[in-house]
Amino acid sequence: MATRTDPKKDVVIIGLGWTGAIMGMELAQEGLEILALERGEDRDTVPDFQYPEMFDELKYGIRYGLMQKPAKSTLTIRRNLEETALPQRHLGSFLPGDGVGGAGSHWNGQTWRPQAVEYRLRSYVEETFGADIIPEGMQLQDWDVTAEELEPFHTKFENVAGISGLAGNINGKIQEGGNPFEAPRSADYPMPPLKNTWDSELFAEAARNMGYHPFPRPSGHASTAYVNDYGMQLGPCNYCGFCERFGCNNYSKSSPHVCILDALKRKPNFSYKTRSEVLQIEKAADGKTATGVTYFDERTGEQVFQPADLVLVCAYSLHNVHLLLLSGIGQPYDPVTGEGVIGRNYSYQMTGGTSMWFKDKQFNPFVGTGSAGMTIDDFSTSQIDFAKEGFIGGSYITGSHSGGRPIQQMSLPPGTPGWGSDWKQAIGEWYGHNMSIGSHGSDMAYRDTYLDLDPTYKDRHGRPLMRMTFDWKDNDIKMTQFMKTKIEEIAESLNPDIMASGYKSEGAAYDVRPYQTTHNVGGAIMGADPKTSALNRYLQSWDCHNVWVMGASAFPQNIQYNPTGALGGLAYWAAEALRKDYLPNPRPLV
Amino acid sequence: MRDMPGRPSRRGFLKGSVAGAALLPLAAQAAAQTKEEAPPLDQYEPVYLTADEWSFVMAACDRLIPSDGDGPGAIDCRVPVFIDRQLAGEFGKAETWYMKGPYAPAADPNLGFQSPLAPAEIYRQAIPLFQEWCRKSHGESFENLDVATQNSALTALQKGEVNLPPELRDFFAFLLANTKEGYFADPSHGGNYQMQSWAYIGFPGARGAYAEWVGRENAKYPLGPVALNGDRS
Repeated sequence: MATRTDPKKDVVIIGLGWTGAIMGMELAQEGLEILALERGEDRDTVPDFQYPEMFDELKYGIRYGLMQKPAKSTLTIRRNLEETALPQRHLGSFLPGDGVGGAGSHWNGQTWRPQAVEYRLRSYVEETFGADIIPEGMQLQDWDVTAEELEPFHTKFENVAGISGLAGNINGKIQEGGNPFEAPRSADYPMPPLKNTWDSELFAEAARNMGYHPFPRPSGHASTAYVNDYGMQLGPCNYCGFCERFGCNNYSKSSPHVCILDALKRKPNFSYKTRSEVLQIEKAADGKTATGVTYFDERTGEQVFQPADLVLVCAYSLHNVHLLLLSGIGQPYDPVTGEGVIGRNYSYQMTGGTSMWFKDKQFNPFVGTGSAGMTIDDFSTSQIDFAKEGFIGGSYITGSHSGGRPIQQMSLPPGTPGWGSDWKQAIGEWYGHNMSIGSHGSDMAYRDTYLDLDPTYKDRHGRPLMRMTFDWKDNDIKMTQFMKTKIEEIAESLNPDIMASGYKSEGAAYDVRPYQTTHNVGGAIMGADPKTSALNRYLQSWDCHNVWVMGASAFPQNIQYNPTGALGGLAYWAAEALRKDYLPNPRPLV
Repeated sequence: MRDMPGRPSRRGFLKGSVAGAALLPLAAQAAAQTKEEAPPLDQYEPVYLTADEWSFVMAACDRLIPSDGDGPGAIDCRVPVFIDRQLAGEFGKAETWYMKGPYAPAADPNLGFQSPLAPAEIYRQAIPLFQEWCRKSHGESFENLDVATQNSALTALQKGEVNLPPELRDFFAFLLANTKEGYFADPSHGGNYQMQSWAYIGFPGARGAYAEWVGRENAKYPLGPVALNGDRS
């Protein structure tokens, strides 16, 4: 029960990461009174990411200094409907952020637009290969929006975030050296690509020799000095090798702080409160609109009701879904009947990789960024004959490395003991002599991969934890095994002294311990039909028209790319609908 | 800039930083030379570990990363100091972890850590059980076994052949991970003494600026490591 009610705002934003910052900025331009509530700490480049303290692998890389603390917020996980879900007691498989900037503080900066076919995957599969190739239980869905419609909004996000890259397709004209398989773009990236490390060049040359089409991976790291649409400045990347899990000390990595927040904080009609965890979205008596949110003010220990006309759910994807489930907005998904929408179509990301060790090559692995690297899209979702290969999906394939931090990133040949004299010998012999080629691929959603409330475990407020039910499926394992054959051919052509592959194989069980990716998507998905989606094509709740839900929770299944480019583009798409269509006449837009 | 208690001021940082050192190489070198040597490990007073636990951790670290051959060992790098400090702190107490029941410590390991015990307590309960196993199997506590027997005892522990109860089953994994962390982490955490492990493998530490080194082919980076406090090895 709220013990305090604060004065009403026009808009309350839940979470101040990428999408919260974007929505705050766009709606502040309308003159609305906006309050953002952030459950974590306040953060900014200085002092929180400053040199030299940020270069502490133990504190940030290993002890997760910038990530969500499970003591305050976690979930339970099981692999199937029969298993008892157990809590994620400390982080591993994925690393949700909290604090101002959210996961946008500590991401790697890999910034992609989905391929055109990924937005309409079910239609594409049915039209091209026939519905009968879709495996039993796979819930393929269209997003109800097209690459063409989203193009201006992707461009906007890339211009704000400050992305370095090389276009492959400008208005249908293929550009030399770019990705020939990308959807048409209206313009090149705002900055040229980053410089390549030697391992990336070796990969690109090998791939080119095999007839593939290598291009520089688009990157949320400034390759030059840059000023974005909001007047925010980025400085060129130093290739320091401390990206993922770290904040950028150099104002180079695209993050909400560097690209948006300092401009947003200057708006007199925008304010934000940290250590303010939203417990529930409150609904009006008729259930058709929200009246505001109740949050826990960690400073005073009070529960506060914050009335607002518009509620924007902009937390991490998993927390968006948790909050909708706790608030009773939308019918919870039931995997047995297939009915309900909240929690439906959770999916993850299928990755794999091949490592190579060369006695006579010196790579200086600490010289790196989170996202430079050369990529091929020759085995991407749009390039594979699903009927012939027996799976649906695809991967991009990259030769790159992000850093050489010794605790987390020491890569030793297979067969090296994990400790003792031989381990010590091996670290001296092999550090800096390793490169790898990675596959980053799609992951489909299934009838039984979903999110709901856990029947047993509670959070510190006594609310049920969210429960994730997820395991790897044959389709996606076939996809990654296909990539293995392609990558190993490229790797072998580089003649390494030693080579080792790591890809999920048949029967692989989801292991929550090792880090995989923080690309948890779905659960509050967008679509054309309120029976199979939580949100309409503008990310507006079908059930409460003044509740809008941003983020990768909207993806109906996972794309083959890292999600941030897609969720950034969607946020600008939603902001445009809000500004031009909803605010003048609040109502369900579809 | 926000005023943050416990953080060095920008001016103070510049004095001790790489940038400052580049401007004042002689002064910086003099400062490094007059720095106090750390007390010998046998005079270190543990914060968390008891005398028995300390002596076990010393012996175990010496096997996990021995001092023989090329490169420094865990003892040279003062890894036991790191472990003691970690166990006394946030990690040892699992302060940021979700530690509410019910617990299922024997669950499939793929579902992750499920013990009701925080890491420091796992060390505390597991060390005597492992010592007892060493005495039963080999007639001596771990510290008194010969090197080959110590190695085989640790291998048995790693393989789960010591029959620790399920709530202690992560003991070896913690011990090994913490040993490597202490070996490779910044020296401010108590291990990696004088950045010896970084110098050994060729990691430059907190230098953090390599724009001139991107794309160089087969050229070894020439500068030695820098620590967070500005020390150079």
